[in-house]
Amino acid sequence: MVKITFIDAEGAARTVEGEVGATVMETAIKHGVPGIEAECGGACACSTCHVYIEEAWREKVGEPSPMEEDMLDFAFEVRPNSRLSCQIKVREDFNGLTVRTPERQA
Amino acid sequence: MSEPIKTDVVIIGAGPIGLFAVFELGLLDMKAHLIDILDKIGGQCAELYPEKPIYDIPGIPYTSAQGLVDSLLQQIKPFSAQYHLNEMVDTVEKIGDPLFRVKTDQGKEFISKIVVIAAGGGSFQPKRPPIPGIEPYEGKSVFYAVRKMEAFRHKRILVVGGGDSALDWTLNLAPLAKHLTLLHRRSEFRAAPDSVNKMMALVGEGKIDLVLGQVTSLAGTDGQIGHAVVKTNDGSSFDIACDVMLPFFGLTMKLGPVANWGFDLKNNELIPVDTASFETSVPGIFAIGDINWYPGKLKLILSGFHEAALMAQRAHHYVYPDKRLVFQYTTSSTSLQKKLGVAPARG
Repeated sequence: MVKITFIDAEGAARTVEGEVGATVMETAIKHGVPGIEAECGGACACSTCHVYIEEAWREKVGEPSPMEEDMLDFAFEVRPNSRLSCQIKVREDFNGLTVRTPERQA
Repeated sequence: MSEPIKTDVVIIGAGPIGLFAVFELGLLDMKAHLIDILDKIGGQCAELYPEKPIYDIPGIPYTSAQGLVDSLLQQIKPFSAQYHLNEMVDTVEKIGDPLFRVKTDQGKEFISKIVVIAAGGGSFQPKRPPIPGIEPYEGKSVFYAVRKMEAFRHKRILVVGGGDSALDWTLNLAPLAKHLTLLHRRSEFRAAPDSVNKMMALVGEGKIDLVLGQVTSLAGTDGQIGHAVVKTNDGSSFDIACDVMLPFFGLTMKLGPVANWGFDLKNNELIPVDTASFETSVPGIFAIGDINWYPGKLKLILSGFHEAALMAQRAHHYVYPDKRLVFQYTTSSTSLQKKLGVAPARG
C-alpha cells in the first residue's frame, strides 16, 4: 500500500492508504478526507478536486494535461503546483506523497 | 404571448432519462414535449463528458456518453417528441386534476396532463467564481451573463476567463466600453482560435488590455465595484479599476426553480418519490433519474430507465383514464411494433 498525506488549508494533516491504480481523488473520497468535493465524479469536468502538490513531489507526479489545465481555469487560487486530483493515478513509487487542499474548491 | 402548447406530457430535462421516458410514454400513446436549459439534447452526457466511456448500460458493454445520447435519439425517433432548448422551466402550476400549466423563462406556456421532472443534477447555470465576498456585487456590478450590451456602454469593463464566452464578450463589448481589460490565468485560451486571434489583434492595436492573473478579492461600496485585486503568476498583487466585472467560469448544476415548486426536498436537493410509480407528492407530477430520491436510490442511468418505465404505466391512468392498460412486450406485440414502425415478427 501507498501512504498519501492530505494537508488542509489550516495545516491539519491526514494520512491515508491509497491503492495503486486508483486516483488521488478517489483515495480522498474513500477515506472521507475533507476539502475535496469531486462534484463531477472524476470526469475532469469540474475543478472541485483541486490540490497543490508538495514541491518535492512535483516532478514525480508530473504536469497537468492540456485538458486538465483548461479545467484549472475554473479553480480558486491556482498555483504552478496545482493539479486536479482525479487526474493523478496512484503509483507504487508514490509512497509518502503529500498534497495540500486549497482554502476553497470552486 | 403566443397560444399555450397543449400536450400529454411535459418532460423537464432532455438528458438520457428524459429521452428514454419519451420511449416508454410513446409505447403507451402519450406524446411529449421536452424542455432543457442547454442548447443541445443529452444533458450532462452531452455537455460535460461526451467523449467519456460508459460501461454499465445493460447489454451495451461500452459506449461513449454522446454515443448513448445518439442511440437513444435513434430509439425514440418513432415518437417524434418536440424539443425546446435554451429554455428553463420557471413555474409548474396545478390547474386541474391533474392538469398543469408549465411556463418557461422564454415566455413559452404549456398545458399538460402530466409533468415528468427528469432534471438530473438540476439546471446548468453560470458558475460563480470562488472569490470571497463577491455576493454583494452580484447583479449590481458583477454579471455572469450579458443581457443588454447597451448597459455596458462607456463603462470600464473587466472580463475574466479564457473560454469562448469570455472571448466572445470581450470582442463584442470592446467597441462600446470606455475601457476593457481581459483577465485570464495563463497565456493559453480554451476559446476558438479565431476569437483568440481577433482578441490579440485588439491588444496589439492598444484597444484592450490583456492581463494574466487571478482575482483574489473585490473592493467597492454598496455593490458597486471599484476595483478587483489581482494576483499575477509571479505572486505580486495589483488592482484593476473597473465599473463592471464579467466573470465567465463555465457552467455548474444548480437545482434552480425546482426548489420553489413546493416539494418537501430530501437534503434540499432531491425530490422524494413513491417507488411504485415514481410519482412525487403531487399527483400527476413525476420525478425520474438523478433528481429523485427513495430508499436505496442509486444515481445510475440504468435506474433512471427503470423509473421511466414504471412512471409511464401510472401516467397512462391520468392521460387515458377510461382506457384499460394491457401490459405488452415489444418482442411480440404487433400493436407496439406498429408504433415503433417495424414490421411484425411474422414469417
